[in-house]
Amino acid sequence: MTGNWTTHIKAKTGMFEVDIREILKYRDLIWILVKRNFVTRYKQTVLGPLWVLITPLITVLLHSFVFGSIAGLSTDGSPQLLFYMASNTIWTYFAFCVNKTAVTFTENAGLFGKVYFPRLIVPIATVITGLIDLLIQMGLFLVMIAIYEIQGVQVGLNGWLFMIPIIIIQTAVLGLGVGITISSVTTKYRDLTILVSFGMQLWMYASPTVYSLSEIPESWRNIYLLNPLAPIITIWRYAFLGTGTIPVVAWGISWCITIVMFFIGVLLFNKVEKTFMDTV
Amino acid sequence: MEETVIKIQGLKKKYRLGAIGGGTLSGDIQSWWARKRGKDDPNTQIGEKQYTNKEEFWALDGIDLEVKKGEALGIIGMNGAGKSTLLKILSRVTAPTEGDIYLKGKIVSMLEVGTGFHGEMTGRENIYMNGAILGMSKKEIDAKIEDIIEFSECGKFIDTPVKRYSSGMYVKLAFAVSAHLDSDIMVMDEVLAVGDVKFQKKCLGKMEDAANTEGKTVLYVSHNMQTIRQLCTRCIVLEHGKIIYDGTVEKAIEIYEGLDGDTTRSYYDLKQVKRPSLDHGRILKLTELEFLGKKDAVFKNAEVMRIRIRWHSSMEINQLRFLLTVKTRDDRAVGMAMSEKFDVTSKNGEDGIVLVFDISNIVAGAYYFDVDVVFCNEFGTYTSYDYPLKHFCFNVDDIDNHKIEWQDKYWGNIQLNSLTIEK
Repeated sequence: MTGNWTTHIKAKTGMFEVDIREILKYRDLIWILVKRNFVTRYKQTVLGPLWVLITPLITVLLHSFVFGSIAGLSTDGSPQLLFYMASNTIWTYFAFCVNKTAVTFTENAGLFGKVYFPRLIVPIATVITGLIDLLIQMGLFLVMIAIYEIQGVQVGLNGWLFMIPIIIIQTAVLGLGVGITISSVTTKYRDLTILVSFGMQLWMYASPTVYSLSEIPESWRNIYLLNPLAPIITIWRYAFLGTGTIPVVAWGISWCITIVMFFIGVLLFNKVEKTFMDTV
Repeated sequence: MEETVIKIQGLKKKYRLGAIGGGTLSGDIQSWWARKRGKDDPNTQIGEKQYTNKEEFWALDGIDLEVKKGEALGIIGMNGAGKSTLLKILSRVTAPTEGDIYLKGKIVSMLEVGTGFHGEMTGRENIYMNGAILGMSKKEIDAKIEDIIEFSECGKFIDTPVKRYSSGMYVKLAFAVSAHLDSDIMVMDEVLAVGDVKFQKKCLGKMEDAANTEGKTVLYVSHNMQTIRQLCTRCIVLEHGKIIYDGTVEKAIEIYEGLDGDTTRSYYDLKQVKRPSLDHGRILKLTELEFLGKKDAVFKNAEVMRIRIRWHSSMEINQLRFLLTVKTRDDRAVGMAMSEKFDVTSKNGEDGIVLVFDISNIVAGAYYFDVDVVFCNEFGTYTSYDYPLKHFCFNVDDIDNHKIEWQDKYWGNIQLNSLTIEK
C-alpha cells in the first residue's frame, strides 16, 4: 500500500480537527455565496436594496417616539435620532448574524445532503453578507450626522472611530459563534428555533439599544456589563456621538466571551456537520 | 499494475430506526433523568423496549473494496441495499459509523445534479455557484465556462434566471458543470434519469471518455442495466449492506436480476398464474411447465433444453403450436421458437408433451421465455388459446465455443450460422 492518500474518511474525528486550509481552498465559494445572498434577496422587489435603508429609518423613528418622547429616557445629551440610529445599526447587524446563521443546517439540509464542502463556509458567507447591509446603514448614519452638523448641532465624532472596525469584527465573531452554536444544537432539538427570535428580542432589551448605560443603577452596572453586547454598543455610540462612557474592563471581558463563544460554536458545528444529515 | 485510488476497509453505517430522540430538549432530559434513576423512560410506549441494539439498522455492514485508477465501477442492488449510503459516505455528505476510506485525488459527486442552483440567478451565475460548491475556483470555471455552456446546449438562455428553464435544460446545465470538473474520481447516482435520449447518449459518451481516455475513476449507481453495461468495466452487487459479488458486469447483472425472484426454477405450476384475458385458458389451459432433467434451469449451450408442458382441455383442437418467445432478462427480444404442429385429442382431460429446444446458437447470458399456445390457419394468422403471464427463466452458460468475447450490446444474443470458406 502506498501511503500518499489525499483524503482519509473515518468514523470519528477529533474534537479539534477543524480544517482551516480546506476553508481557504473554498474561498471563492464564500464570495459567490455572499453575492447570491445579497442579489437574490431583492430580486422581484420594487424598492430593492432601498429596504436596507427603509427598515432602520422606520425603526429609529419609532424608537425615538416610544422611548425618547413617551418614556422620556435619557440619551446622554445626543440628538434622539442619532442616539437610536447608532445602537440600531450595530444591533441589527448582530441580530442578523445570529438569526441567519442559526438556521444554517436546517435551511441548507437539501444542499448539504447532496454535496460536500466545508459547511462553515455558509455561516461565514452569511456574516459577510450582513456586513454589506451594515456598511450601507453606516453610510446612512453618517449622512444623518452630516445633516445635524450642517444645522449647527455639535456631534462628537472622535478618535474612537478607529476602533469601529474592531467592534465590527467582534460583533461578527460573536454573532457567528452564537449563531452556529444554536444551529448545531437545533439539528436535534427544534425547540431552540422558536426560542431564537424570542431570545433575540429579550437580548435587545438587555442591551443598551433603546436606553443608555447611564440609566442602569450604579450597583447593577457591573453585572449588566457582563452582557458582551453592552460594551460593544456603548463604545460604538461613544465613537460616533462622543456621549456616554468607555467601559474598558467590560470590553475586555466581552472579548473573552466572544472568543470562547466562537470556539464553542466552531467545535460544536464541526462535530455536528459530520452526521447531521442523519438527524436533521 | 494501476494504482489503487479508493480503498475502503470495514465500512459500516448504522441508522437508528424510528424517531431520533424525543425531538425536544425537554423530552431528552426527561428520558435521561429517568434512566439515571433506573426508572422507566416516560417517553417510550408502555411495553416497548428501551433503546437497545435491536432498534438499529446497518445500512452498510462491512464493506471492503479497492478501486483502481481508470476503472468504471458499477454499483447495483435492490432498493435499500446500501448503494446510496455508500456514495454518500464516499462523497463525505455523512460520516461512517465504523471503518475507513482512503482516497487519492479529488472526488466529485453528482448525487443529484443541480444542487445549489438558485432559481433567481441566471444560468451563467449558477454555473459559477455550482462549480464553486463542487470545489472549483473561479479561475478554473472561467477557463471552462464556454465548454460548459456549449455542452449544456443552453447557450441562448444562459443569461436567463434558471427558474424559467425547462426541467430538461436545468438538468443539462447541471450535468454540464459536473462533467467538466477537474476531478480524479467521479461519483454518480442515477444522473441520467432525466434529459432526452440524445443528451443521455452524450453524457454516457462523456463519462466513457472520462474513464477510458482521461484516466478518471468512475463510480456509477443505476438501476438501468443498459447504461451499466455500456459504461462500466467492473461491477459490484450490494445486498443488505454487503458486497455479494464483485467482478464482471455481465455476471453482476445476472446475479442482481436473480435477486428479484426471477430465479431459474425448473418447475412451474401454471394453474393460478394470471392470463391476459378471460378467454385465455378457457378451452385449453396450461397447467404445468417443467425443465426436464434439471434442478434449476441452467444450461450449457451445447445442451438441448427439454421442456414438458401439461394442460387441461375441454374439447379436441387440431393444428396447435407452441410459440416460445425468448427475451433477455432486461426485456430485449432475442427470438421466437415455434413448435411443430400437434393435436389435442382428449375431449375433457389432462395431457402433455415434451418440447425439445436446441439452444446452441443462444450465447451465454440470462434469459426467459413466454409460452403461447396458438391455432394457426392456412393463411398464417393465429389465435391464442392460452398465454400464462409468467417468465420462464433460464441461464445459458458459455462453454467457450465462440472462442471470442461476445459483445451483447453490438452483436445481439444469437450467434448465427458459421460462415464457411468455399473450397
